[in-house]
Amino acid sequence: MREKLKAARSKAEITLLQEDPSPRPRRLKSIRERKTEVKLDKASDNDKFGEMQEDESHLPPKIKFRDSVKKLRQKSTFQNDFPSTEEAYNFFTFNFDPEPKSIKAGSRKRNELNEEEETEEDCVETHEEDEMDEDVCLVKGDDLFVIGQAAEDFLVVKPADCESYSEQLKKEKEFLFTPSMLAVPTSEKMPGNMQPRYLEDEGLYTGERPFVSQSNQNILENRILRQEQGKEWFGDDGKILALPNPIKQSSTRPPVFSLEEGIAPELETVYRKAIKITAANQYLVGPGDYQGPFQLDIDISGLIFTHHPCFSREHVLAAKLAQLYDQYLARKQKNLTKLLTDKLHALRNAVQYSIDSGGDGVPRPVAQQSIPEYKIEIRQTRRLRDAEQEKDRMLLKTIIKVWKQIKSLRDFQKFTNTPMKLYLRKEEVDQKLDEKAYEAEIQAEINELLEECMEEYEKKMEEYKTELQEWKSWKKTQKSKKKKKKKGIHEEEESVEDCDLGEERVKPIPPKMVSSLEIEQQVREKADNCRRKPGVPALIPELVLSGSVTPTELCPRAEVLRREDVKKRSAFIKVLFNSKEVSRTVTRPISSDFRVHFGQIFNLQIFNWPESLKLQIYETMGMSGTTLLAEVFIPVPETTVLTGSAPMEEIEFSSNQRVMLDHEGVGSGASFSFEADGSNKMTLMTSGKVSNSVSWAVGEKGIPLIPPASQQNTGIPSALKNIDAIASIGTSGLTDMKKLAKWAAEAKLDPNDPNNAALMQLVMVATSGEAHIPDFFRLEQLQQEFNFVSDEEFSRSKRFRLLQLRSGEVAEFRNYKQVPLHEREISEKIFQDYEKRLKERDVIDRKNYLDAHRAVVANYLQKVRESVINRFLIARRHFLLSDLVNEEEIPSLGSESPGILGLGLFKLAEPKRPLKPRRKERKKVTAQNLSDGDIKLLVNVVRAYDIPVRKPVLSKLQQPSKSSRSFNEMFAASPSAQSATDSPDWAFNQVLVRPFVEVSFQRTVCRTTTAEGPNPNWNEELELPFRAPNGDYSTHSLQSVKDEVFINVFDEVLHDAVEDDLERGSGIRTRVERHWLGCVKMPFTTIYFQARIDGTFKVDIPPVLLGYSKDKNLGIERGYDSVRNLSEGSYITLFITIEPQLIPGESVREKMNEMLKKFDTQEDEKLLQAAAKYEAECTSKFPSRQCLTTVIDLNGKTVFITRYIKPLNPPQELLDAIPNSSQTAAELVARYVSLIPFLPDSVSFAGICDLWSTSDQFLYLLAGDEEEHAVLLCNYFLGMGKKAWLIIGNAIPEGSTAYVLTLEQSQYVIWNPSTGCFYGQYDTFCPLQNVYCLISCDNIWFNMQEYDSPVRINFDISKPKLWKSFFSRSLPYPGLCSVQPEELVYQHSDKAAAVELQGRIEKILKDKIMEWRPRHLTRWNRYCTSTLRNFLPLLEQNQGKDVEDDHQAELQKQLGDYRVSGFPIHMPFSEVRPLIEAVHSTGVHTIDVFNVEFALAVYIHAYPQNVLSVWIYVASLVRNR
Amino acid sequence: MVTGQAAPGAMAAAGSPSVFLLAVNGQIESGQFPGFDDLYCKFCFVYGQDWVPTAGLEEGISQITSKSDVSPTTLVWNFPIDITFKSTNPSGWPQIVVSVYGPDFFGNDVVRGYGAVHVPFTPGRHTRTIAMFVPESTSRLQKFTSWFTGRRPEFTDPRVVAQGEGREVTRVRSQGFVTISFNVVTKDMKKLGYDVSPGDMQNPSLVPVMEGIHKY
Repeated sequence: MREKLKAARSKAEITLLQEDPSPRPRRLKSIRERKTEVKLDKASDNDKFGEMQEDESHLPPKIKFRDSVKKLRQKSTFQNDFPSTEEAYNFFTFNFDPEPKSIKAGSRKRNELNEEEETEEDCVETHEEDEMDEDVCLVKGDDLFVIGQAAEDFLVVKPADCESYSEQLKKEKEFLFTPSMLAVPTSEKMPGNMQPRYLEDEGLYTGERPFVSQSNQNILENRILRQEQGKEWFGDDGKILALPNPIKQSSTRPPVFSLEEGIAPELETVYRKAIKITAANQYLVGPGDYQGPFQLDIDISGLIFTHHPCFSREHVLAAKLAQLYDQYLARKQKNLTKLLTDKLHALRNAVQYSIDSGGDGVPRPVAQQSIPEYKIEIRQTRRLRDAEQEKDRMLLKTIIKVWKQIKSLRDFQKFTNTPMKLYLRKEEVDQKLDEKAYEAEIQAEINELLEECMEEYEKKMEEYKTELQEWKSWKKTQKSKKKKKKKGIHEEEESVEDCDLGEERVKPIPPKMVSSLEIEQQVREKADNCRRKPGVPALIPELVLSGSVTPTELCPRAEVLRREDVKKRSAFIKVLFNSKEVSRTVTRPISSDFRVHFGQIFNLQIFNWPESLKLQIYETMGMSGTTLLAEVFIPVPETTVLTGSAPMEEIEFSSNQRVMLDHEGVGSGASFSFEADGSNKMTLMTSGKVSNSVSWAVGEKGIPLIPPASQQNTGIPSALKNIDAIASIGTSGLTDMKKLAKWAAEAKLDPNDPNNAALMQLVMVATSGEAHIPDFFRLEQLQQEFNFVSDEEFSRSKRFRLLQLRSGEVAEFRNYKQVPLHEREISEKIFQDYEKRLKERDVIDRKNYLDAHRAVVANYLQKVRESVINRFLIARRHFLLSDLVNEEEIPSLGSESPGILGLGLFKLAEPKRPLKPRRKERKKVTAQNLSDGDIKLLVNVVRAYDIPVRKPVLSKLQQPSKSSRSFNEMFAASPSAQSATDSPDWAFNQVLVRPFVEVSFQRTVCRTTTAEGPNPNWNEELELPFRAPNGDYSTHSLQSVKDEVFINVFDEVLHDAVEDDLERGSGIRTRVERHWLGCVKMPFTTIYFQARIDGTFKVDIPPVLLGYSKDKNLGIERGYDSVRNLSEGSYITLFITIEPQLIPGESVREKMNEMLKKFDTQEDEKLLQAAAKYEAECTSKFPSRQCLTTVIDLNGKTVFITRYIKPLNPPQELLDAIPNSSQTAAELVARYVSLIPFLPDSVSFAGICDLWSTSDQFLYLLAGDEEEHAVLLCNYFLGMGKKAWLIIGNAIPEGSTAYVLTLEQSQYVIWNPSTGCFYGQYDTFCPLQNVYCLISCDNIWFNMQEYDSPVRINFDISKPKLWKSFFSRSLPYPGLCSVQPEELVYQHSDKAAAVELQGRIEKILKDKIMEWRPRHLTRWNRYCTSTLRNFLPLLEQNQGKDVEDDHQAELQKQLGDYRVSGFPIHMPFSEVRPLIEAVHSTGVHTIDVFNVEFALAVYIHAYPQNVLSVWIYVASLVRNR
Repeated sequence: MVTGQAAPGAMAAAGSPSVFLLAVNGQIESGQFPGFDDLYCKFCFVYGQDWVPTAGLEEGISQITSKSDVSPTTLVWNFPIDITFKSTNPSGWPQIVVSVYGPDFFGNDVVRGYGAVHVPFTPGRHTRTIAMFVPESTSRLQKFTSWFTGRRPEFTDPRVVAQGEGREVTRVRSQGFVTISFNVVTKDMKKLGYDVSPGDMQNPSLVPVMEGIHKY
């Protein structure tokens, strides 16, 4: 067939080639494809081979296509199974015109209709079609298909197949199955010959099955059973396997009601704000967290001795009797006997009942089972009851016995010491009834015992029988053995006998039957012993104290002595709180009945949860002193025990003291006897009871004064509660495992119930002998396997330690590079600093602080800072998208920011070179690829105004003149500066001052050239290199740079150094001296954050510069006067920037604020939302202006800012100082505030996080930054009745800061709280550059004006257009309570301490100056020092202002001919180091004239609350020759 | 804190070494960035605190390369890298960070991919193919404007891709590949107890290399 096919194909090919030879290669390809196709056909149609062959016979040669078509047509009439290969080939290879296509479609349709098997082939064909199309175009032009064939030629019509309904049903039956709803018999569900087993009945826990309706269950069972392994799905009980119902009965979540459903109002949930915990201040209880005192009331009502050395024998007995009687009463109250008897009756009834009911019908298994249990319990109860009854009876007997003893003793000694009397009350009983009950009881008991005995007998009998059996069998074998042996060898006989003898068994003895008589006898005996005889009246003892005591005069001598002794004695009790005595009771005599009544209540005011409460009982004996009898610990009351509801408790005590007395008293610890012959000795120790009650007091408003629970034992109890498995069953606090196990066994808990799982596990552990549960558990117990070195090695290794510290980001090691590989290369020195720091953390260094309070505060601040830094480190890990990805902000149409869509479009049209060019932003450098030396600090010193000028006096004195002395004296008498102008020298020495500026930064010093005159113009640019700490130029590292730029102004003074007049002609030799005039300090972070600093700054000039004066009247350049008239002082114009410009990066503070805002707040949610909205609105309008609504307090909580503002009282002392002038008072208060020191390293602290402390905290800590100063000052001003606001703004050089604004006589005044200076609104030299918002106690106003410079804005906050207020008509002020205290309490200043401190500082500074001059001799001029010392208090009094400039003259008068240069320095006091720095920076010590002398005086003025103002006066003196 | 730094060098001369050296050379061979043309790449190394580059270039920027007609998806830079590190601690092993830039439709220079890979730590020749990615805009509008303005989101610092910290806040789209070949030579690693070669590695060719390094 293949051959044929091939032949046919080749033929066809040839034909086609003949017809159109050109596209040969394509043709071939298609043929090849065709071939595969054919093969495929064949494979699929193998079974139809026969038919195929039939078709083959009809294969016509290709050339005669028309014929073939014709034949095809013929064929199609009878053969329509499938097209032959040839047909198929034709079908595809030839060009089908539209009409034949329909033929094709027709044929296909036909095929599909009839032969489904052909679809596969069809598919292949259609696939081929595409290629065929290609062929089609190749054979285009052939008109092979000019046949008039119609579609119907290929169609065969057949009726549709239809199955009858019944047939369909039949078929469906084969496939479909409808499970029946009838129950399946159990036998079908179980495997053959097995009985269903009910686990539940066997006592196993099965759990509750989920509910499924019975019909559904049946359907499912039927369905399952149809399957092959269906039976696997059924359990032993013939039910479908099911897990227990997972649905809990009670819902774990509270039901949620929606308001629409109208629930009862009392069920509605109400939102409540979390309450602030006051104990938030972790490190010390600051005044803000003053919580106490709490109060503990200790009520000591009295003391009763149960034994005392002075007890007489009668007393001893009486005490015993009292004790017994107490016991009797207690027992009577409990009445165990009655209880047990009742129980016994109940049990007996129950048994009776179950037996009776059992008799009726079939005995229920449960009842049957419980009868023996009941019986066991009856037995136990009976035993218990008997014991109790016996005890009762014994007690009664002893009471009577002791009473008899007492009576006999009283008779014997012929006097009575105690008023005790015992009555025995008889209670008559109905004899008959009683007897009956008695008898019944005995009978019942006998019966039970009999039964018991019978049981036992049976048991024993059983045992006996088995034993007997064994014995018999043994005997038999023995006998047979013996027989055998006798027959056997005789030699062994003996030995065998021996061993037989050893194994000889005793014949068991049959148990004896116990006779009922015997039992009855037993029972009756017992009843006699422990029970009241029937008919005998019941005895009820009654103890009364109505007896009379024999008066002393009737007593024998020994007794009199005893009584005297007792009278001498008295007792008192000390109350010890935490082992410290806090109070003691009055001393009260011991009464004759050895009772002491105190009846005192002690109120202990405490701060902390008590550790221990103790009472000490003391006894005093006449004059001979006191002895401690005993100590009693009192439990600290529960928090629920409050005064008024606390019961009296008696606490027993006893003492081991030995007392022997020489009178009737029996003594203590000494043996004595009641018998005449001294036998039966007894020894008693002093003992007694204290009746007291301890409770918590209740405060005024009904609040219990209990210390916070958090202070109790640091949460151990709560931890216990968490792991308490027993809590799950409702009880808790049980810790005795054994008892618990016992209880669990008795309670018959179902061990399989999951509810009890935790408990059962616990019980398992407890009972499995492994009673010792380790009191720890280990996390990662396999850790050890993975440690690559042992822990010891790890901790020993210096390298690992270094690596660990570095990865822990410990400050010293944070950027440590290249940790050495070898231990030996790491020197110990590396750790020394760190260890030192660790050690010193808690040690308060008194040396540096000189003041204990400040040392404590510094320590506290250090801790706060550490905790803040830790938070900061966490915050730093918290990245925002903007930290990682630089992305253009969404441009908006209205905003000022550059946007392409909005204004940006117009920018395109802007002129390229505008007439008024704007400053172009320099390219900012991300601090990543920087290294040392890349960054430079540029300081442009432009000019200065009003530099102090040398006093003409000085210039005069400079001149070495023979007649100088007398002239000077005369001059000193008339200290007028003007007079010097007349002197000829003045004209010669024209130069007033030769100032230059020295900039020092990071130990690099640069200076300008020297200019001349009081208004010098330098215009010089100084370049200082910047080095980042540890070479780390990352943003956070730069933010924490603490270095400051010092800009010092000096005067260069030239001295003629020529000693000799003769040399004067030959040469010029001058000595250059520099005199410090003042300085400006600028923290680097300010420059870094501000990018550039441009402005005129006030030079910090000491109030008095010896030899210099603020020259006013010489007025050469008065042009500035009109501008400057409000302020005095020297000014310097600077421009400072960093090259290249660094991106300040988002301050971590902001990020942290954001983080902190997420939690930790007490504010109302609505308020916070409003605040956020307000801030967003403000910043969107003025992005550069800071809008402050919430701040973080010292506890890290967000607080609304207005809460900080509240009128507060300034120290009365300051107000009293100037009673009438409010202006001066305000200045004084401002000065007071400015004297409170800044945080020692406020720079780093402020950069990381800004914490606002309240004013009282601030005053307590005596340290804070601008905000705290400003808040305090503002509060003071408000307290003084001024109108004051807090200004949040930007100032130079502090950067973002807070100032205070006041309204004085319709004029606005701006106060700098950190210097105490004030400025008018229009003062150009005001350091405040921008005003962002104003804050008062009830509102916030945001500056909405175009400008924010104070000079250009209007401070009238009533204009809503200019100031946008936070609280307005739409959001009224809710009346937020202030965080500030009601009133500030000031400690009075400690003058003596100030004086002492003054002396110490002076000494330290003198030592330092000598230290700085190692190569020179440092002489101290005492006259000068004392003079200076006199100046200083005056300076303080005048606040450094308008001092008459007569220091110079004064000095001249005192010292004579000296050239003096010096000045006072004024600083607030925080610690010594800044003072030393300040003195050092002035460079007084640098003078190296050989005959120089120095003077130094210190004055400290103490203001209230330990605020200290320090004045240091330094001067150098050179004697003029 | 910088006191300990001078010591290692001095110690190395005296007998047992105190640092190990890692010499890397090779080249950034090519990149595959379908649809982009005229790209150049920058590279830099990121390493831990205990590593110090002793010789060679730590950062570099390549020429701009255009795609050829022969293989239109591959851009060949063949940009050499050559650097030597010394270190005391394998922690913080150097990574090479590659970032690729090229002009966008408007001719603005935009980033086309960031990627990083550790320098192989076994001696020998290695080829690494890095899958590159770029940060995505945070919104559709920004995507459009950034496309329009040619200022697409970029990492503030390409070194971000060498660290895992803070990556959770970004979204990136992968884009292209860069192939880098490394030739790695180490010295004294084994002496200091760091055995980086697999135990069964039979590579005799390494021996002369090691010897050569010793002489050097």
